[in-house]
Amino acid sequence: MTTFLTYFIVALAVIGLVQIIRIFELATKLRGEKVIGVTEKENHYNGLALLIVGMGFVLFVAYSFKLWGHLLLPESASEHGKAIKGLWDATMYLILFVFFVTQPLLFWFSYKYRGRKGNKALYQTHNNKLEVLWTSIPAVVLTGLIVYGLNTWNSVMMPDTSKANIMEVYAQQFYWTARYAGNDNTLGEANYTLIRGVNTLGVDINDTASFDDIIVREIHLPVNQQVLMKFRSQDVIHSAYLPHFGVQMNCVPGMNTQFAFTPIKTTAEMRNELGDDEFDYVLLCNKICGAAHYNMQIKVVVETQEEYEVWLQEQETFYSLITSK
Amino acid sequence: MADHEHHHEETFITKYIFSQDHKMIAKQFLLTGMFMGVIGVIMSAFFRLQLAWPDKGFPILETFLGKWAPDGVMDPNIYLALVTIHGTIMVFFVLTAGLSGTFSNLLIPLQIGARDMASGFLNMLSYWFFFLSSLVMIISLFVESGPAAAGWTIYPPLSALPQAMPGSGLGMTLWLVSMSLFIVSALLGGLNYIVTIINLRTKGMSMTRLPLTMWAFFVTAILGVLSFPVLLSASLLLIFDRSFGTAFYLSDIMIQGEILTQTGGSPILFQHLFWFLGHPEVYIILLPALGITSEVISTNARKPIFGYRAMVGSILAIAFLSFIVWGHHMFMTGMNPFLGSVFTFTTLLIAIPSAVKVFNYLTTLWKANIQFTPAMLFSIGLVSTFISGGLTGLILGDSALDINVHDTYFVTAHFHIVMGLSAIFGMFAGVYHWFPKMYGRMMNKSLGYAHFWITFIAAYGVFYPMHFLGLAGLPRRYYSNTAFPMFDDLVEINELISVFAILGVIAQLIFFFNFFYSIFRGRRASQNPWRSNTMEWTTPVERIHGNWPGEIPTVHRWAYDYSKPGMDEDFVLQTTPLKDGEEEAH
Repeated sequence: MTTFLTYFIVALAVIGLVQIIRIFELATKLRGEKVIGVTEKENHYNGLALLIVGMGFVLFVAYSFKLWGHLLLPESASEHGKAIKGLWDATMYLILFVFFVTQPLLFWFSYKYRGRKGNKALYQTHNNKLEVLWTSIPAVVLTGLIVYGLNTWNSVMMPDTSKANIMEVYAQQFYWTARYAGNDNTLGEANYTLIRGVNTLGVDINDTASFDDIIVREIHLPVNQQVLMKFRSQDVIHSAYLPHFGVQMNCVPGMNTQFAFTPIKTTAEMRNELGDDEFDYVLLCNKICGAAHYNMQIKVVVETQEEYEVWLQEQETFYSLITSK
Repeated sequence: MADHEHHHEETFITKYIFSQDHKMIAKQFLLTGMFMGVIGVIMSAFFRLQLAWPDKGFPILETFLGKWAPDGVMDPNIYLALVTIHGTIMVFFVLTAGLSGTFSNLLIPLQIGARDMASGFLNMLSYWFFFLSSLVMIISLFVESGPAAAGWTIYPPLSALPQAMPGSGLGMTLWLVSMSLFIVSALLGGLNYIVTIINLRTKGMSMTRLPLTMWAFFVTAILGVLSFPVLLSASLLLIFDRSFGTAFYLSDIMIQGEILTQTGGSPILFQHLFWFLGHPEVYIILLPALGITSEVISTNARKPIFGYRAMVGSILAIAFLSFIVWGHHMFMTGMNPFLGSVFTFTTLLIAIPSAVKVFNYLTTLWKANIQFTPAMLFSIGLVSTFISGGLTGLILGDSALDINVHDTYFVTAHFHIVMGLSAIFGMFAGVYHWFPKMYGRMMNKSLGYAHFWITFIAAYGVFYPMHFLGLAGLPRRYYSNTAFPMFDDLVEINELISVFAILGVIAQLIFFFNFFYSIFRGRRASQNPWRSNTMEWTTPVERIHGNWPGEIPTVHRWAYDYSKPGMDEDFVLQTTPLKDGEEEAH
């Protein structure tokens, strides 16, 4: 019954609307207004509205950084994050500058040059000097941005990793597993065909480098020590994203990927900075991977070297894991 | 062209269904695109409900989604299916076929002075392949295991393995079949557009006298013909991987405890193939909208488009660059950082021709005499969104900055503004502007204004705040943001976005009402209602087969002689001969 009533009301509304529009159109016809073109009044109000709404939007953009600024990620907790921040700021200033020049111009011109009776537009077809000017200025600015960007990119993606702690982050639907390389700082070979029982990552027990590997469900990182994270995936593509560190890398089945970075703030320091005692760093999945994609995460703890070593000592090595079962 | 075309008998079927008349085919594309658009947009309203109020049940969801939304609370699988199909429908069915299909078909013969497309038959086939493709896509929504759900980019292995998610079962097969049909349609259409523009221009219509719409559609068609076949191959290989045990994209996989035998393939290969289409596709969507806008802005500014040759040059530059930037979608795939550098370089270069276009639009408005038709408002809206969305591209295209915003809502915000909104605004501008050419009647202006204003405000209301979600680190394609304390603060913005989204969806009712009302009841159009220069306005209002009753007129000038000094009116049709001593200045 309610369904029927809803349809009935919708139908009535549509019919009503048709009639109102018809009356409206007939009335304009009777008043003898020029219906097809745009009247001066319409030009005036639409031009004015563009100015008001447009400038309102531009002003809101300026205000939004104050309104929502606290939502943004805190300053990066990794070393390369600082390098990226310089590039980020430069790009943002450029973007905002262009935005705050071009948008107001657009809305101002729309209002200023709204159609009026007796007005005639300027007949102006082209100006090659202007074209050259506004092709070359963006070209020069972009060249600078590209060079700056590529330098940053190269320094972030290809750092010296000879002294890095090596570890592996392993992805599968819908959780992460971490493997530490142990005292030899070398990960044992691993292969998906070897996955069985407790050997969930398919680590090769015949490779002696695997004996001191440590497999855990929580990532611990010593502060100010570079870590080289290597990524593998068991099933579909995942993406390891550590938003607070500015780190992201896809985990692709059949392929090894990696990302090296140095955390510079411990969890405790970050909690202090944010005034949030519950805060934890997190590594989350950032590539659609199935139903529970939205909840694929692993806790990341950044701590002092001493705390890290204590924690590491408490963990079971791969060798003892395999032999105890 | 022979005269017999004007006289042969037309039955209902040859006139309205299996029509070979480009104007009818254009309307078929538009109506089908609009129908698909309704589905795509309603889906977005549904997942916005979920994102803003994740723990609340909405009876309407259960009504529409049935078993996928028990008690009105969405299942994660159907959430992913909704975003996947929303993306697919909007990108391909609405903004490729609906936009390019409609206006290329309608305008190419009319604006270059041809009786019809080079091949009416291929043109008809193009529509019917699109129709079949739409049909298969709609059928895929009703299969037991649900529609495709691996994202509109359908990255394998997720899309290749039914064990990975229910949507990768029959739903995915139908998605691939539908997309293959779609590509056939796009290729048939594209080839026809290219051949027609090259061969069938009327006397005097040199390439440099083509309206910018024609340049945009021409270059778009070339992009499509060069890039769509690559997606077809990618889809076929994926079909092979899914159904015949090959390993183009699969290697070293264990899923649900089962070790797959396929080895040696690469999931990244698919991404390369996909984005080799995928990035030009962005411009296949955007260029027609920019072409329409150029035409609408010039007409309604009553002023020549500023820098015609620079505009053509930037279209060509954008089109060329669009083929060598696809890797910027893949900065985080683990590809060699050097490759990332190359793609950053080429990507940021696109900002140059884009900036040129914006400056030319702005200068066109300077000292103009702007007539604010609804089409003009949407065109100005397009320029605004093109700037806003284009600028954030400088962040995403820069690999070092992309690390932190890749695959977050920042990306969603960026591409919705720069290609979603811009293209849909261009499409609306086109519909309002050329409605008289399609139906011989005018759309209601007041409803058009209401439609524009609500849509414009709602559009920015949805997509501007979304940047902040991305900058807060929120990944896209999350069914719910409740699993992370760090995202708890974002609830308010999500609610705000959803309110604007629902407002925006409702505003489209005004458009639909106006559209269908005007087809039957709209005010009768005059021959050249916008006092425009281009050739389509020299055809009779009755829209006859063959377009011009007598000889096709000859073209004597470019398309933008608005407010030319020494002329009686503030427009001069392209078919008007130059006066004695008059120079064709452009």
